[in-house]
Amino acid sequence: MTQSAKQFFDEMQGYGGNVRAIYQAYNRWLSDVPTQQLAAKRAEAEVLFRRVGITFNVYGEEDGAERLIPFDVIPRMISASEWAHLAKGAVQRVRALNMFLHDIYHDQEIIKAGIVPNSILSNSQYRPEMVGVTVPNQVYAHVAGIDLVRTSESQFYVLEDNLRTPSGVSYMLEDRKMMMRLFPDLFKKYPIAPVEHYPHVLLNNLRSVAQTGVTDPTVVLLSPGAYNSAYFEHAFLAQQMGIELVEGQDLFVRNNAVYMRTTQGPQRVDVIYRRIDDDFLDPLVFKPDSLLGVPGLLSVYRNGGVTLANAVGTGVADDKATYVYVPEMIKFYLGESPILQNVPTYQLSKEDDLAYVLDHLPELVVKEVQGSGGYGMLVGPTASKQEIEEFRLRIVSKPANYIAQPTLALSTCPTLVDQGIAPRHVDLRPFVLSGKTVSVVPGGLSRVALKEGSLVVNSSQGGGTKDTWVLERDDVSVETLQSQMAAQHATQEAVIC
Amino acid sequence: MLSRTADHLYWMARYIERTENVARVLDVTYNMSLLPSDSSNEEELWDTVLEIAGIRDIYDKTYKELNAANVIKHLVMDSHNPSSIYSSLRSARENARAVRVAMTTETWENMNTLWLEFGQYIKQDLTQTGLSEFCEWVKSRSHLFRGVCFGTMLRDEAFSFVRLGTFMERADNTARLLDVKYEFLIPMQEANDGAVDYYEWSAVLRSVSAFQAYQKVYRDAIEPMKVSELLILREDMPRSLHACYAEIMPILRQVAGSRQTEAERLAGQMHAKLHYGRMLDIVKDGVHHFLDEFILANRKLGEEIQRNFLSATA
Repeated sequence: MTQSAKQFFDEMQGYGGNVRAIYQAYNRWLSDVPTQQLAAKRAEAEVLFRRVGITFNVYGEEDGAERLIPFDVIPRMISASEWAHLAKGAVQRVRALNMFLHDIYHDQEIIKAGIVPNSILSNSQYRPEMVGVTVPNQVYAHVAGIDLVRTSESQFYVLEDNLRTPSGVSYMLEDRKMMMRLFPDLFKKYPIAPVEHYPHVLLNNLRSVAQTGVTDPTVVLLSPGAYNSAYFEHAFLAQQMGIELVEGQDLFVRNNAVYMRTTQGPQRVDVIYRRIDDDFLDPLVFKPDSLLGVPGLLSVYRNGGVTLANAVGTGVADDKATYVYVPEMIKFYLGESPILQNVPTYQLSKEDDLAYVLDHLPELVVKEVQGSGGYGMLVGPTASKQEIEEFRLRIVSKPANYIAQPTLALSTCPTLVDQGIAPRHVDLRPFVLSGKTVSVVPGGLSRVALKEGSLVVNSSQGGGTKDTWVLERDDVSVETLQSQMAAQHATQEAVIC
Repeated sequence: MLSRTADHLYWMARYIERTENVARVLDVTYNMSLLPSDSSNEEELWDTVLEIAGIRDIYDKTYKELNAANVIKHLVMDSHNPSSIYSSLRSARENARAVRVAMTTETWENMNTLWLEFGQYIKQDLTQTGLSEFCEWVKSRSHLFRGVCFGTMLRDEAFSFVRLGTFMERADNTARLLDVKYEFLIPMQEANDGAVDYYEWSAVLRSVSAFQAYQKVYRDAIEPMKVSELLILREDMPRSLHACYAEIMPILRQVAGSRQTEAERLAGQMHAKLHYGRMLDIVKDGVHHFLDEFILANRKLGEEIQRNFLSATA
């Protein structure tokens, strides 16, 4: 066992004793497969991903910098019972967050009750334009990505909620497709819950939130365009749902309605699944120099002429300063106790917390309240002295901009790296979909920090992805998988000879 | 469908077709240059290639000398030459990337692979060896592109605009090729007591895959007038002007739906001219004159297509 495997909980090895039950069959299979063969499978995957064009652009790099997110061929598994717990907790959380969003833009009961402070109304993500606006079904976060991490056999934490334009679901779907292609035999024997119906559920939900009276709504996906880092995903989802992939220039507003320009003339649009941030949606209301949006869109939206998914103003609920109140929200709106735990969080706007954090920077993770993508954060244990001191100055100059959390002992998962198979830290983002009902497809995006010891899994920081196997039942027969594989290896060798 | 989507599909197909035609001309010219002749002739030969592509000006700004190596370099890999294979392929792929949703997975993957494979070719020095192989590759990739579209795409508007792009570009390219070669070869023929240059004219035919067709249709020695007839008026010759307009007409009628568009009217007018025209009349007014008018009319039609369908305004 390596150092890190003793120190951290490993998805396959636990704390280094016996291989965990759900992984046993896989582990036997893995020990029979030469590492070169796995590497060959990974190379095959890379060629296929490149051909399909599953690439992303990295901000700040020269043009032509289309990169693949590294894909790891060893899956991350979640047992049926673990998943039942996680799914229930994620759904509960999103229900509460949607109710919070409705409340904060209407009666603000939660502020009156003294649970969330009044200062939330001056958060830059709070959109006064949304006050009193009624959205269909009172759904704000139609698509939510809940980032989870595991620190022990039984302990999962919610690291953050993503309620604006969460991305990554295309990797959940494409990684699965790739794994089925590379290792069909494993799928025959493992009871892996399918995820392919995600676009179908999403489209149904989007159709269900059209304004009342619209019987056959036209749904479109609004993308910033081909140069956006998540463009592949936009195109992929539009294609899977069979809806138009539009850009701002394709839409226009007339008579309190949104239309798209088509070869047959203007066509009315009812629901916009938008993958553009609030700030760029409508140059008349938000950033005036934005060319990505549609002038007049917000006025139509506020008058109920079109549905936006996600709604405008969801950022106030997934802001890191709001995060600390989510467990209380669940109690307040649902009368339930939270199923999933928050990571203990220091709010640097509070004097006591600030003092403690400044004394303990080398042990903590400090995040910018509005940062995302792993930019603008300090990971104390891996940072240099100089980095810590630089960050200290930034904190002191604007404490309210930061929160701090203990460095979590993120679980690891066996991962194929240059030196062979080694444990690397992972997280998990399941996608919760809200329409008439709230549901979550059994799976998610598993991100893995490929650098040894690194806790930052973001793709912009050198993270990769893994397929996430949610098992439908936890009794996986070791023997059948074993014999099946042995037979296959025998035939392969015969062919090679 | 979205006007922007239609626009991208149309231009993707045009750029692919343009690439193929540049490769065809390059390939045939290169083969011609291998025939024994004096060097002045070779210079003229490569000059016609620049004329066909309509890029003499850009070339002169870049290169001092007119020779095979420079022209090949300019037409294959120069990124500042908008007609180079490099530029056209890049534009085709950019257009495809912008609307990959509108095409089948196979079509997109084919476009993407094309671009990735091209990256391998431009590492080689094609002016020394491998030009023919490269041109063959371009042609077969272009065939594959049309085949994949034809074999996998739903017969909807997306398919219509892809086909429209292909035939609009092809009509322009065939007309330019014939026009330039005609202007170049007829004076030579007159200076030569009317002797037809068999190699030159058969090269013209080969560059549009029409050599065998000519033999089949005319069973006769190669004559400029018959070559012109084949490439202008024969509907059954797939790269002829008539054949292109026989495709363009019904597509424009279909995409217009119940609307009356100027694009359809212009296409119909030209189609009638090609359908009922006679070679004798064309020769009487001058083949060059006819082709010049055709190229202008085709360009005008392109503008109307753009206005009527591709940049539809509110």
